[in-house]
Amino acid sequence: MRPANDFARPVRPNGFGRSKMTQAQLAQGKDPLLAVRDVSVVFGGIIALNGVSFDMQQGQILGLIGPNGAGKTTLFNCLSRLYQPSGGDILMEGQSILTRPPHRIAEIGIGRTFQNVALFPNLSVLDNVRVGTHARTNSDIISDSLKLPWVRRGEAELNKRVHEIVSYLDLDDVAHVTVSGLPFGTQKRVELARALAADPKILLLDEPAGGLNHEEVHVLGNLIRRIRDDRNVTVLLVEHHMGLVMSIADHVVALNFGRKLAEGTPAQVQSDPDVIKAYLGSKDQ
Amino acid sequence: MELFTNQILAGIATGAIYACMALAVVMIYQAIDHLNFAQGEMAMFSTFISWQLMQWGIPYWGAFILTLAFSFAGGIAIERLLFKPLAKAPILTNVAGFIALFAIINSVAGLIWDFTIKQYPTPFGSHPFLGSQLISTHQAGMIGVTVLLLIALYFFFQFTRIGLAMRAAASVPESARLVGINTSWMIALGWGMAAAIGSIAGMLIAPVVFLEPNMMGGVLIYGFAAAVLGGLTSPFGAVIGGFLVGIFENLAGTYIPGVGNELKLPIALALIITVLVVKPAGLFGRPIVKRV
Repeated sequence: MRPANDFARPVRPNGFGRSKMTQAQLAQGKDPLLAVRDVSVVFGGIIALNGVSFDMQQGQILGLIGPNGAGKTTLFNCLSRLYQPSGGDILMEGQSILTRPPHRIAEIGIGRTFQNVALFPNLSVLDNVRVGTHARTNSDIISDSLKLPWVRRGEAELNKRVHEIVSYLDLDDVAHVTVSGLPFGTQKRVELARALAADPKILLLDEPAGGLNHEEVHVLGNLIRRIRDDRNVTVLLVEHHMGLVMSIADHVVALNFGRKLAEGTPAQVQSDPDVIKAYLGSKDQ
Repeated sequence: MELFTNQILAGIATGAIYACMALAVVMIYQAIDHLNFAQGEMAMFSTFISWQLMQWGIPYWGAFILTLAFSFAGGIAIERLLFKPLAKAPILTNVAGFIALFAIINSVAGLIWDFTIKQYPTPFGSHPFLGSQLISTHQAGMIGVTVLLLIALYFFFQFTRIGLAMRAAASVPESARLVGINTSWMIALGWGMAAAIGSIAGMLIAPVVFLEPNMMGGVLIYGFAAAVLGGLTSPFGAVIGGFLVGIFENLAGTYIPGVGNELKLPIALALIITVLVVKPAGLFGRPIVKRV
């Protein structure tokens, strides 16, 4: 494993000493919301991710870029617990997420969308968004089936919330339409609504601009910024569309062949010679 | 004409039972993509439980409710113990599991209650319904209970949070986990509900076919035919399929010369094959399209 030389914080495989460190960092106001620590993923003999580390600060829009096969989606799938890293750790507010089963990721505030949209095709827009609130509710099957008073109260609040999000993303007109019949761009908004319904602290967006035209990409960029500002959501954006990443990201991490190439402000990363080489190739090769 | 109406109504009554069985089959199929060959035996075992409870002096409806609870718990237990460990196993392993379950339940029922045919009571009586010769009170009761069950299920799936979560888990499990749904328990819940629905079918049909360990064999094949006809991906279709198969069975037995009681079962099998060849997705099912 490659040492995480970019960071002062060493990798700690167990929780020892974590809370002390966290409190010290809180005092400095620099505790990251999400910390990726030396994460490696190996598929058979292929190293898809090799000791990648970076931090996400509260309220940031972080762009994750890299050529095809750089490991962006692999990292993403680790964050949403679809893949289990073979090494390293991922900390959400100082707690490792790797010990949690996938269905208990939403409740700590991680939401995501998919590159090719993974909605529930035979449910309506409203039901898709309503499912998104699942992690924010707790009632048992019996009181839920009988619609006992406290379940009703909770549901009324949830419904208000669901309708608010549907309006926020301009989906009122299609609220009762089955998702499978909607255009791709609209489905992407529905997926965003479903992710927001769980009230996430971090929103992971996997190529949200894929399949959108120029005008739609511009609208999407504004929407992502608005979501961050209005809802206090930190955004991790995996994107091929350089224009979008460079215009809205505060911080950019570039990957290539499973390793971190560069990290910094959009301007810094754009002018990094390694990044330029990875995208355009170099004379020496 | 009276014979025709009579056959239609009788068809609807047995169709109600096929609808229950088809619905139970579809619920498990939606959850784990396999046909539960042991669905009929599970229903038969539940029916024996209710019979035993009545032998011990518990009144019919008390035994009915207790049996529902037992079947629900039993369905969950079977899923947890047998099919959760097989979740990632190949199809044939699962099929072997279902056949084993079939044989085990059948033999255990025979061991406990032996294979002699028993009378099973009906709470509705078997008089003419509302003074009409067309349909008996028990047949009317079968239809009534099934319709109530279907309405309750509709409200459960359409308007409760758990119902929505179950639909989501059956639709795209990965996304369902991501929004915080424990998909593994949703599958177990589906098994419990399917077992409970099956037990209702068993208790309603037992006065007609009499109680014995092999009582559900024919019923399950009609249930499969109904599920295939309506579409294995559509619970609504399974119910409609159940009623259609019930009516079709009765009309064929009455009007097609040479089709007596002996030939009724091959008709169900012929129906399954015809639907699979002509319209594999069934009347209401979605065709399964895979991206390659």
